[in-house]
Amino acid sequence: MNNYPALVVVAPLLGALFAGITAWVEDRFTFPIVLTSLGIGVAAAISNMALVLTSGTIQYKMAGWMPPMGIEYRIDTLNAMVMLLVSVIAFLNLAASYWNVRQETPDRAGSFYVMYLLFVVGLLGVVATGDLFNLYVMIEITSLSSYTMVALGDKNRAPLAALNYIFIGVIGASLYLLGVGYIYIKTGSLNMADVATMVPHMKESSSLLVAFILCIIGVWIKMALFPLHVWLPNAYAYAPVGFARIVAPLMTKVMVYAMVRLMISVFGMDYVFNTLDLAEGVVWMGTIAILAGGFMALSQKNLKKMLTYIIVCEIGYMVGGAWLGNELGMTGAILHILNDALMTFALFLAVGNMVYKLDRVDIADLQGLFGKMPWTMAGFVLAAFSIVGVPPTCGFFSKWYLILGAFEAGAYHFAAALLISSLICAVLFFKVFEVCFFEPMSDGHGDGHHGHDNAVAMAEAPASSLVVLAIVSVSLIAAGVYSGTIVDTVILPFLR
Amino acid sequence: MELIPSIKPLLAVLVSLAVIPVLVSSSEKPNVREAWTFVAGTVKFLLVVSMLPAVMGGNQIVLTLFKIAPGADIAFRVDALGMLFALVASSLYIVTSMYSIGYMRGLNEHGQTRFVSFFALAISATIGAAFSANLLTLYLFYEILSLATYPLVAHHQDAKSRISGRRYLTFILGTSIGLVLPAMIWCYHATGTLEFSAAGIFTDQLSKPSATVLLLMFVFGFAKAGIMPFHSWLPAAMVAPTPVSALLHAVAVVKVGVFSIARVITGIFGIEFLASFDLGAIVAGIASVTILVSSGIALSQDEFKRRLAYSTIGQLSYIVLGAALLSPKGVTGGLLHIAMHAFGKITLFFCAGAIFVATGKKYLSQMVGIGYRMPVTMTAFFIGALSIIGLPPTGGFISKWHLVLGTLEGDQMVMLFVLLTSSLLNAAYFMPIFYKAFFCTKEEAMFERKVDEAPMMCVIPLVITALISFALFFAPQPFLDLATLAVNGFIGG
Repeated sequence: MNNYPALVVVAPLLGALFAGITAWVEDRFTFPIVLTSLGIGVAAAISNMALVLTSGTIQYKMAGWMPPMGIEYRIDTLNAMVMLLVSVIAFLNLAASYWNVRQETPDRAGSFYVMYLLFVVGLLGVVATGDLFNLYVMIEITSLSSYTMVALGDKNRAPLAALNYIFIGVIGASLYLLGVGYIYIKTGSLNMADVATMVPHMKESSSLLVAFILCIIGVWIKMALFPLHVWLPNAYAYAPVGFARIVAPLMTKVMVYAMVRLMISVFGMDYVFNTLDLAEGVVWMGTIAILAGGFMALSQKNLKKMLTYIIVCEIGYMVGGAWLGNELGMTGAILHILNDALMTFALFLAVGNMVYKLDRVDIADLQGLFGKMPWTMAGFVLAAFSIVGVPPTCGFFSKWYLILGAFEAGAYHFAAALLISSLICAVLFFKVFEVCFFEPMSDGHGDGHHGHDNAVAMAEAPASSLVVLAIVSVSLIAAGVYSGTIVDTVILPFLR
Repeated sequence: MELIPSIKPLLAVLVSLAVIPVLVSSSEKPNVREAWTFVAGTVKFLLVVSMLPAVMGGNQIVLTLFKIAPGADIAFRVDALGMLFALVASSLYIVTSMYSIGYMRGLNEHGQTRFVSFFALAISATIGAAFSANLLTLYLFYEILSLATYPLVAHHQDAKSRISGRRYLTFILGTSIGLVLPAMIWCYHATGTLEFSAAGIFTDQLSKPSATVLLLMFVFGFAKAGIMPFHSWLPAAMVAPTPVSALLHAVAVVKVGVFSIARVITGIFGIEFLASFDLGAIVAGIASVTILVSSGIALSQDEFKRRLAYSTIGQLSYIVLGAALLSPKGVTGGLLHIAMHAFGKITLFFCAGAIFVATGKKYLSQMVGIGYRMPVTMTAFFIGALSIIGLPPTGGFISKWHLVLGTLEGDQMVMLFVLLTSSLLNAAYFMPIFYKAFFCTKEEAMFERKVDEAPMMCVIPLVITALISFALFFAPQPFLDLATLAVNGFIGG
């Protein structure tokens, strides 16, 4: 038995321990240690992925304890992919955010890094675990570290945002825990695979129904499904950039993963779609989330805030898609976990660069940005097109599966919402591009008069941030054109 | 027919994309930058031409890039129709690049590197659309083209271009996301494929009402074709520098629109399928309305480029009308008009731009007597206008001739009437320009009787395209053969 599944999670955990010590003793070593531990995590996640692709699902028994008593990590293609995604984004973001951290939390960089690693450990644990209670623990590790991180942000507004986040987050976690309690009472087990074998025998049980609903609402709160989203925009917008960049792409997506896992691997598709009569209502919730998120984004004046509402909108995509009840919709939802993480990451990377240079990122402050930060803007534009769903960027392809799934399920309202949100996002981003491109307004009338020639000098973000942004931007297109391969090798083997 | 696998279509698409970093890095040395533009343009054209013999021989060149889903890959297939369009676009790109130099430098425009870079991107996407093997790939390049053109439309970065750019995007992106995308997914959902084929992809999945809705979603959705009521972005886009209006808004962008409609009619529905439901008439009717109304509007436009824009809207609908006639001659005429209109209309835009560079005049009412100052330009204008009206000895006559034959073949007298009326209207909005340029009294003339043309780099291209328009009357073969070949494939096969 190899130890890759554990290593992916343990490497950043040990990193956090050492970083906590060096931050006290000799701060110079903190960043290299953190980076190395995440690097090891990425390497392990890659090996893990390769192993799953070649030899199928891995069952890893923590410390050799046998399930259902011991904690089991069960790695199939889906969580191997999401683990890889989390590890890579955590690593890249750390490399990109070095200067942002120094700028924003110069005196607390050590604690930032430790919490950052713990946050990543929590996310990876959520993804890796095959145990329902362990899932709760990992969600709490993630959440507690993110409350702390949010509070490290904007001096005036972050504390309140963090407090708000804690209150609502705790409710979500409690609901989930309560649900797990019911499951344990009914089945006597906490191991996902074990519970899954027992669910078909107790389909009619109303306590199981309550358990399911509690668990699902718990993760919905954590993923900010409209109208349970109210904590998210402020928390993400006022968090320090280095953290916003990782929490925005990953936290909500990992919670969508948790929902998919609960639906497929714990309760089972048969129970969720045939025994329960909830799917249609949830697809409507997804539809409403998409539209509400989009319209709320339209009314934002601050770029970061606007992006946070786009996250709310995108959550609607994935929840709706997963609940369409067909393979296409689920494929789209899972593909969108990957794609949305990448494009949100790219957007927040770009915004982080802007914050580094401009401090404030109200949309009106972005004048002349194509000239000032051409590379950052190039990445931003590409990511924006991906959100809008322009091929060959990846956003198009997950939308493609989602709309196909909606057609197949006859959920035309959901398909319409997806298309409308594309249009809304186009408006949102072109509103930003217009400010960056046209303002400050040239004095002349174009022909022959050229206020723009000597308008703005270039002032780009640090090279490390730009390189990471470039890598992620390219990956947006790569994930798009290889989406057929991803579906065939990762998603369909998981679903079938 | 043979399918020949080759990487050439990809190279033809990528060459102008690959040159963009070079263009950007040589922004301080305009001559080097322009040289690279020419190199890329020429290589692209030669690559297209190198595929011509195979296509003329009735073969198709294929290349699959990425497998996305069964029946929906990102793939190229060069057939006669795609070749016809690619030939027009890639040859005129070279001429336009030359013209751009004269125009942009003549006006000392800002942001020239950005301009040539996005121009290269736009032409890449155009060729990609021409060579697309299926609807998904076509949609991909269609969208890239929409977005690549935006910075060109908005080039002046002033209040007016901001409004025009916004209108451009609203119409183009709004219709492609709002109509084409769902229509495409509908097709895929119904049939499981998006591959173009002469027999169409539908067997019995569609009832007549849903087929009608689907067809209209495509016809209106490809708003680059300027079908009314989704046309008003085109006059607005005239705010762009003239090379953009000339190549993109008379050739590349708008023709991608009609090309896409032609592809959907011939490759997604299939001519016979549409004929069996009698759906050609609806599209022909819509196109006819656009032809007549836009020609009428063109009469009243005083701004030179806006008049040309409305003329373009009408002429584009000729192509749609031709395809919708669903008769061999009609479709041939429509496809042929892609080429003939391109050479004629680009000449006219070049003339409008040359006059602007030389005199700063944009309005036709200020151009009385311009013929004495710019005789070469106005002679070229005359030839271009003849071609658009469809009079011999110009190429436009050949395509209109086929269109007229097509209406007779299908016994569609109303369409014949539309075509002839439109020709009269075309004459009515072009000939006064020419007349006033030369035939005026000394008191009326607004220019001195002294020859003072625009820079050579502006004049040479318009002479070239005018000569080609003229020559195409005598030698329409490459385009006529390609159009005939394409039609034989669509109807005979």
